[in-house]
Amino acid sequence: MVWVAGGGLAAVLLGALILIVVILSNGLVVFWPAPIEQVRLDDGTQILGRRINSENSIGRGLQVRFKTANREFDSQRQDFHWVADDKIASTDLPAECVVLERLANGDFYGFVKEIKSPGLDVKQSGDPFHQLQDALRSMDLHKTEELDPLLRRIEGKTDELNAVKLSRLKGEYRQKQLRNSASHDEKAATALEGNIAELKAVAGELQKDSERLVNQRSKVEESLRQNLAIVLDAQGASRSIALMDVIRVYRPNSMNILAKASHYAAKVWELLTTPPREANTEGGVLPAIFGTVALVLLMAVLSFPLGVLAGVYLGEYARDGFLVRLVRIGVNNLAGIPSIVYGIFGVGFFINSLGHAIDEQFYAYRLAEGRVFHGGGVLWAALTLGILTVPVVIVATEEAIRVIPRGVRESSYALGSTKFQTLIRVLLPLASPGIMTGFILAMARAAGEVAPLMLTGVVSTAGTVPLDGRFPYLHLERQFLHLGFQIYTVAFQTPNSEAARPMVYVITLLLVLIVLLLSGMAILLRNRMRKQLQIKTI
Amino acid sequence: MSEATQPPAILARTIAKVSPTAAAQPVVDVPTPTDTHAQPIVQVKDLCLFYGRSQALKSITIDFPRNQVTALIGPSGCGKSTLLRCLNRMNDLIDDISTTGSILVDGQEILDRGTDVIELRRRVGMVFQKPTPFAKSIYENVAYGLRIAGMRDRRTLDEAVEKSLRRAALWDEVKDRLRQSALGLSGGQHQRLCIARAVAVNPEIILMDEPCSALDPRSTSRVEDLIGELREDFTIIIVTHNMLQAARVSDQTAFLYEGVLIEFRPTQALFTCPAKKETEDYLTGRFG
Repeated sequence: MVWVAGGGLAAVLLGALILIVVILSNGLVVFWPAPIEQVRLDDGTQILGRRINSENSIGRGLQVRFKTANREFDSQRQDFHWVADDKIASTDLPAECVVLERLANGDFYGFVKEIKSPGLDVKQSGDPFHQLQDALRSMDLHKTEELDPLLRRIEGKTDELNAVKLSRLKGEYRQKQLRNSASHDEKAATALEGNIAELKAVAGELQKDSERLVNQRSKVEESLRQNLAIVLDAQGASRSIALMDVIRVYRPNSMNILAKASHYAAKVWELLTTPPREANTEGGVLPAIFGTVALVLLMAVLSFPLGVLAGVYLGEYARDGFLVRLVRIGVNNLAGIPSIVYGIFGVGFFINSLGHAIDEQFYAYRLAEGRVFHGGGVLWAALTLGILTVPVVIVATEEAIRVIPRGVRESSYALGSTKFQTLIRVLLPLASPGIMTGFILAMARAAGEVAPLMLTGVVSTAGTVPLDGRFPYLHLERQFLHLGFQIYTVAFQTPNSEAARPMVYVITLLLVLIVLLLSGMAILLRNRMRKQLQIKTI
Repeated sequence: MSEATQPPAILARTIAKVSPTAAAQPVVDVPTPTDTHAQPIVQVKDLCLFYGRSQALKSITIDFPRNQVTALIGPSGCGKSTLLRCLNRMNDLIDDISTTGSILVDGQEILDRGTDVIELRRRVGMVFQKPTPFAKSIYENVAYGLRIAGMRDRRTLDEAVEKSLRRAALWDEVKDRLRQSALGLSGGQHQRLCIARAVAVNPEIILMDEPCSALDPRSTSRVEDLIGELREDFTIIIVTHNMLQAARVSDQTAFLYEGVLIEFRPTQALFTCPAKKETEDYLTGRFG
């Protein structure tokens, strides 16, 4: 028996270990600059690419897959190519081979020929690779000095424009109300006319300003776009790439370990601090990290107090009758409902009922411009997750309060304390580690949940995140990105899922780390509570 | 607690069948404590208590003298703890209990519906069988009763805590770690802490429900010494299974059997020449 039981445990551990090893081994190597091979085939064609994997297919011998990048120049628009192993005549690792990370179309693998940069400060002599690096540095400077201020001003104008538009809509709505009301206050309605006209004029001005700025921006962009890198691809064909679109350039075959490590660190930093590009397959995941953490914290703030109160009532106040037992069974079984059902409930109750009511009540004037709360948003998603996790908190709280010995309560009463004083000063402190355990379980569950979010407001690409510098800073009605959903969209919803695969591993690893971090903090907090109580059991 | 002097519950039940006299007699001997001149502080009269339908206390009439130690003894389930818990209305916390009769504390009826239970419990403190320290520091444990009564003054609290811990003979052991959790103390220290906590609110009466049954012999003797010292300032009513303990610490002893008060006399008299046959049988461990 001991062998069977031990075997069961070993199997479970092995499964978990394999999962962790797969995630770690695939997720950690993504940003490490792998060498680029130049492969010469029997028929004379040349390939430049990274060896991904090889497969032995029956009848065709060993096939090797290379990532050749250069998507837009490929006849089939492919990033990957299979090559028969026995057709490979020779391979070598050219030191001069460069990788250009670009804003669009993924990486470019090739060789630098020359730099054509009329507008940039680049030395005309020397190694073309270093010239390219210089040119990129200079390009960055131009971008931050010329382009970024323009972009910020355009953004500011757009904000102003939106604000003016909302005031105008409010005015028009008020006017309509006045005209339709029983008293039919035509005088007041006409008085608003001037106001509305003024707002319209302001909007027109702003619109003109904005257009002027946009024109200016395209001019700057056009002039910057004149700067080109002339590169050669695997076949030796010359291609020109605008330096505007290049983010980073490096030579993986001639980097030492230190250079590789700093490249790795830069990529990790980019992942954590920038928004995604190219349908989430490149760039960072900052909005998704923010969305995940904000969602879990919001969920905790909304549902935790409710769960503790409900648990306290069941454990301390409710008399153990038929109804209470029914409630208890119900609460326990809530945890067994498929999470998608909660998602549907979230849509039906929160979005379509509450959200609709809020919109009708407070945002009626701007409904023509789109819904506000009557649609998926981070608030509704957090509430949906809240009702999904609240049973765990209730059960944990009730249990933690019920296991406190009767003597402790009676001692408190015997000193002349009321029921409320006993609860607040004696029972809750004793129960706090148990309550925290429930909280940790609830958080871990919420952080990994995706299905209900898909119905209540998560999106794969968002123009705005729920937090920005505009009042009221935290926009609870907005849709949001989420790491769990990001895994799904990047893996299965991108047109080029093969190229996106490394990103899937990275995001998975990141999500696991964030869940660990969140519950790790909660566990630390609980252990501190326990230490204060000097409870020695785990 | 010594097993030899205590009849197992199952034996007690057999006796009930063998000798129906105890149950049949409504009120047994109530000897007046002639050698104590003190005014009784608690006067129980015709107290009956029912758990649902079963009667746990049958017409108990007993006066507890002031500033003395009274021990309640009897076999398990005889109602001695129940009687004790009536004196500070602790039984209110249990559903399905009803009482009749009267209990006067300092001449004031406490079984009335209108009685301020909170106030009563401040006057009648209690120490339980198992030590129940709260999840707070040693200081906060002792100060708890005062704090919930609304005491905020730091100096008064400090003084009360020190005085109570000294009274409970715990001060020297914990004075350097008052801010540490009380849960880190040993079992014997826990019980003395609970006594200090009960003493801190300065009650008139302290009820002790088998305070030593969870302690080792050394801690037991410390708590017994403590009871001897506390009797100077408080009236103590102690329930115990250990008859040697009752003999050591108490001035009066009441013997209860099957919810009936059989005998209530000065401890020495009761132990040396019991007036009732049941008492004698119980004391000698020989029934019938």
